Amino acid sequence: MIPFTTHIGTAAPLMRDNIDTDQIIPSREMTSVSKTGLADGMFAGQRYIQDRIENPDFVLNQELYRGATILLSGKNFGCGSSREHAVWALKEYGFRAVIAESFGEIFYNNCVRNGILCVSLQASEIAKLGVIVSIDLPAQTVDEHVFSMPLGDKKMLVEGLDGIGLTMQNEAEILAYFEQDKITRPWAY
Amino acid sequence: MPLESGEDLIAIDRVFLHERTGSVALESIVQSGRKPRAPKTVFVTMDHIVSNKADRRKDDARTPGGDVFITATREAAKTTGINLIDVLDADQGIVHVISPELGIAQPGLTLVCPDSHTCSQGALGALAWGIGSTDAEHAIVTGTLRVKKPPQMRITVKGELNSGVTAKDLALHIIKTYGAAGAKRCAVEYAGDAVEAMSIEQRLTLCNMAVEFAAFTAIIAPDATTLSYLNDKRYAPKGEMWDAGVRHWTTLKTESEAQFDFDYVIEAKDVKPTVTWGTSPAQAVAIDGFIPETTDVKALAYMDVESGKALSDLKIGGAFIGSCTNSRITDLRAAAKILDGHKVAEGVTAICVPGSMTVRREAEAEGLDIIFKAAGFEWGAAGCAFCFYAGGETFAPGTRVISSTNRNFEGRQGPGVRTHLASPTVVAASAIAGKITDPSEVSK
Repeated sequence: MIPFTTHIGTAAPLMRDNIDTDQIIPSREMTSVSKTGLADGMFAGQRYIQDRIENPDFVLNQELYRGATILLSGKNFGCGSSREHAVWALKEYGFRAVIAESFGEIFYNNCVRNGILCVSLQASEIAKLGVIVSIDLPAQTVDEHVFSMPLGDKKMLVEGLDGIGLTMQNEAEILAYFEQDKITRPWAY
Repeated sequence: MPLESGEDLIAIDRVFLHERTGSVALESIVQSGRKPRAPKTVFVTMDHIVSNKADRRKDDARTPGGDVFITATREAAKTTGINLIDVLDADQGIVHVISPELGIAQPGLTLVCPDSHTCSQGALGALAWGIGSTDAEHAIVTGTLRVKKPPQMRITVKGELNSGVTAKDLALHIIKTYGAAGAKRCAVEYAGDAVEAMSIEQRLTLCNMAVEFAAFTAIIAPDATTLSYLNDKRYAPKGEMWDAGVRHWTTLKTESEAQFDFDYVIEAKDVKPTVTWGTSPAQAVAIDGFIPETTDVKALAYMDVESGKALSDLKIGGAFIGSCTNSRITDLRAAAKILDGHKVAEGVTAICVPGSMTVRREAEAEGLDIIFKAAGFEWGAAGCAFCFYAGGETFAPGTRVISSTNRNFEGRQGPGVRTHLASPTVVAASAIAGKITDPSEVSK
């Protein structure tokens, strides 16, 4: 996973609440058993008029925001379906971060696993952000705004860690736990 | 086990997968050369894009090209040695219907699935929650997950629900009250007289919708109803193991002095049959209510509705009973009771897809299929079916559909399809009347 430390990029505003993962990657765009090949279908329902003809009203099709690497949104971004394809699509398109008032829980965790930073800011702070936004994860700032983030998520992102590899370092403790648990809760096995 | 990062490494007792998001996780495990820690605790079903035709074959998908998900899942399941519930198996069905039905979800177990509606299974007193495909891989390979402990919320539903009011109405009422982000990523405990009085099926419906208001998951303390439901189920412990399980499970309840981060109370008597008017599950009103004033003009435009108009004036073109929310035997019985002796209104395409093949067989044994078909409903083979659109057969663009499902997002059931979420009885009553209708208005 690519580590996330600092990033300066174009921030495209999609300022609605409750943008769900069906919108980010419509189910009909998930055509193969794969984590790739999804960028083209990202936001397909709004991004294209039909047959992949661009909708000029959609923010990512406007000159100012082409090549955007940061998304701005409202409350509960990424709610709905657990499909990690939404995150894989954003990542493949080139997004590195989403700044919103709040996030869907599963989407947020999927982002951490894939090196995409989710930052929660107040609506008033998001409104002040310009077209170019500067993020410093170690310092936990977006331009002049400070954000909070659980330590584990920050470490995973900054160091670009693979969760499975990391957990396997606790293999001895895990094995010992299961041995004991089989005695404590035999009905569960 | 607490980790330095502030997360906890917690043991995962069961993992459930389906062909849509589980296939990627399984393939990734196979490609990485890793192995499941305990393959017999991992289950995979085919539900999301399987054909819902009664005469379907083993690779038939309802979405064009969807067969690759089915065949890849089947292959990877065999390679990894996990439990496979295949398309044509007698147990096949929607993951959140068959997991309780087979006794896989049990009180006190941790259960994860790369599917957001895994919170449904908290109805059994399991800690069950939806995850992504990468975390599913993590859970299968390591037997654990790295989890941030969620904040805690309790919603106590006081008193008795009014006659004709279902768990679905309560779920929509709660989401309407607190908003689509209202659960603030909490683990939500549902408690109170109205919840205790519910069957497991109703509890599954209530917990199912928790993700629609941004809960980490939902859970209900196991009680006599839970034990009686679980007893003798295929994967439930038997004999001495059952007794030992029961002794533990009956201790799993919130202490009276427990403090929650958020502690809310809902009066059951305030809940009416509830239907959504917009494109978020929170955009709902009581069935005798009016579409409210709103700044969400996009939702009004997409749904082709106007503020101030009565919800019950809206004519429908489609009716769907199914999904992990409302496709269990008690849902079908309740809908059939309304439909009995009636016909679906002209111009309404009506479809019922039971949540599992077991539910389908049970319904057929009771003659419910005859009632559905006589009323003009299609009668499908189990799966998620019309709950979401991934290409293939669905309602025509612009169709107004009354649906027993969980999401009314733009395009969820198909491009331009306008979804109104409701209980199965409201769906049945509306299908007969051709407009959104309170079941109490249907003549007996």
